Amino acid sequence: MTALAQSFADVSAPDLAATDAVALHHQVAQFLYLEARLADTHDYDGWEALWTDDAIYWVPANGDDTDPEKEMSVLYDNRSRIGVRIRQLKTGRRHTQTPRSELARVISNIEIAEVRGNEVEVRANVLIYEDNLRGDTLWAARNTYRLRMVDGGFRLVRKKIALVNNNKPIFTLSFLV
Amino acid sequence: MPQAAVSEAAASAGARDYRALIEPARINSRLYYDPAIFQEELEKIWYKTWVYVGHTSEIPNKNDYVTKSIGPMPVLMVRDKEGEVRLLLNKCPHRGNQLCAYQKGNRTSFTCPYHSWTFSNTGDLMGYALPDGYEGQSKAGLNLGKVPRIAIYRGFVFGSMAAEGISLEEHLGGAKAALDQLLDNSPTGELELTAGFLQHRTKANWKFMLENETDGYHPGFVHGSVFQVTSSGIGSLYGSDSTALTRDYGNGHTEFDLRPEWRKNDKPLQWFGTTPERLPEYVKAMNAGYGEERARQIMIDGSPHVMIFPNLFIAEIQIFVLQPVAVDETVQHVTAVQFKGAPDINRRLRQQTMGSVGPAGLLLADDTEMYERNHRGAQILDPEWLVLSRGLHRERLDDNGFRIAHSTDETPQRGIWRHYLNLMTEAR
Repeated sequence: MTALAQSFADVSAPDLAATDAVALHHQVAQFLYLEARLADTHDYDGWEALWTDDAIYWVPANGDDTDPEKEMSVLYDNRSRIGVRIRQLKTGRRHTQTPRSELARVISNIEIAEVRGNEVEVRANVLIYEDNLRGDTLWAARNTYRLRMVDGGFRLVRKKIALVNNNKPIFTLSFLV
Repeated sequence: MPQAAVSEAAASAGARDYRALIEPARINSRLYYDPAIFQEELEKIWYKTWVYVGHTSEIPNKNDYVTKSIGPMPVLMVRDKEGEVRLLLNKCPHRGNQLCAYQKGNRTSFTCPYHSWTFSNTGDLMGYALPDGYEGQSKAGLNLGKVPRIAIYRGFVFGSMAAEGISLEEHLGGAKAALDQLLDNSPTGELELTAGFLQHRTKANWKFMLENETDGYHPGFVHGSVFQVTSSGIGSLYGSDSTALTRDYGNGHTEFDLRPEWRKNDKPLQWFGTTPERLPEYVKAMNAGYGEERARQIMIDGSPHVMIFPNLFIAEIQIFVLQPVAVDETVQHVTAVQFKGAPDINRRLRQQTMGSVGPAGLLLADDTEMYERNHRGAQILDPEWLVLSRGLHRERLDDNGFRIAHSTDETPQRGIWRHYLNLMTEAR
């Protein structure tokens, strides 16, 4: 949680705590479903556009309470590296995604963990079914998201994907998780 | 380790004529997918020769342990209560239970959860539950199994499951210089492999990885997407005009040697894609450690790209450990090189490592895609023979008598198979 626990941005923006809880949950869920669909359908530009400039996209290894600034993670991208990752996918020569993985993911157990100012921290479980040349792989993760309300819509600030089996050898993870 | 499988392989040893499967510049596809050959490799390579196990910096304190492996077999690398590094086998001698179920920790003893037999971290049996049932019996011979030979070269811990054989130094031969080159890049001459390992599961035979680590022919194609979207400028190292070399050190060790390029350009830290101005603390520490002139040369030459047979790959800024788990499955364990006493470069080493290797790596995910396609392709019956003839006409010897050739030539792969043939046909 180290990276996610960093201070919330102090932006003079709408106070989400004032939003009706059911409405807020609905709005959060809709955003997570959108993000999931863009990833599943390899809509690279659409997915990249969800991120804020201070983004962190993180898949820990060897547990889910490691320090990504000191220990190895499967993936620990800032906004710049997210951009490189997307540009590589778009070359058409990212061999592990040529042909692309066929994906369908289910997001559930969406809980709003914390609301502060214009940001919200969300927990959700996700199952991702991947089919590719190697075969079929089922991925399971406990995700944590930090979303920020910007110009009337949510943007993605941080996404931590804690794969339940991240202490064991895992197959290539080259789609947008 | 599967004893039955080994016995079966032993019974059929000699039935396979490896000389009929391996020629100097071509090999038979069967070598990658035949399960019986894999079993024989366990016996003749993995459970016989020197195999890299781990690094002493992973167990810095007395009573630290970490679970490692020799081939498919788990091994506990322990620093015992006296501070000695030991390689213990994770099997209770009573009924064969897996003794320790954790990846790492610190403890003076291990207790089997099945019947509570307890072993010191030296491997000795300390006691068992309800001892009256063993009245009059000796505890002798009831200690944990051990890797018969252990040898440590500058922190790199190797084990051999054969009680006798050549020394580690003899095994490393010329490749020892590459380990020294790596350690020279540390201002203290030491590594601290403390960042933890990524484990990349790969549905392919281990030898595809062994061969590819020093294949300078593939990067321009497999990694073209990375060269296109980053301004790394390293794509040219893998072209026709490159002065980089491939090298066969013998004993299966191979190298992709970029020093000719770096020396031509004469720019410290170019090998790491940076400049001395951007890593002032590191440069200061290097100057203090080696003197300015020597430090400058080290920082021009950079870190090596060497594959130590059969499982230790130093990829300049990463340490890979190849672990075969089945004929068609290998785990690539990888971590960032971390130099003791160099915090500013270490952070960049970790960042670059996380970006480029492991299951989501911009580089290794594509290499691994090739390994898996290699493995599927190899099982197709025709053509049976695969070609390793690139650069035969321009192979030559360097000043030390090692075979070298152009950066894109298959000299390393021919060297690997030459050694493999020796091991697989060696008298038992």
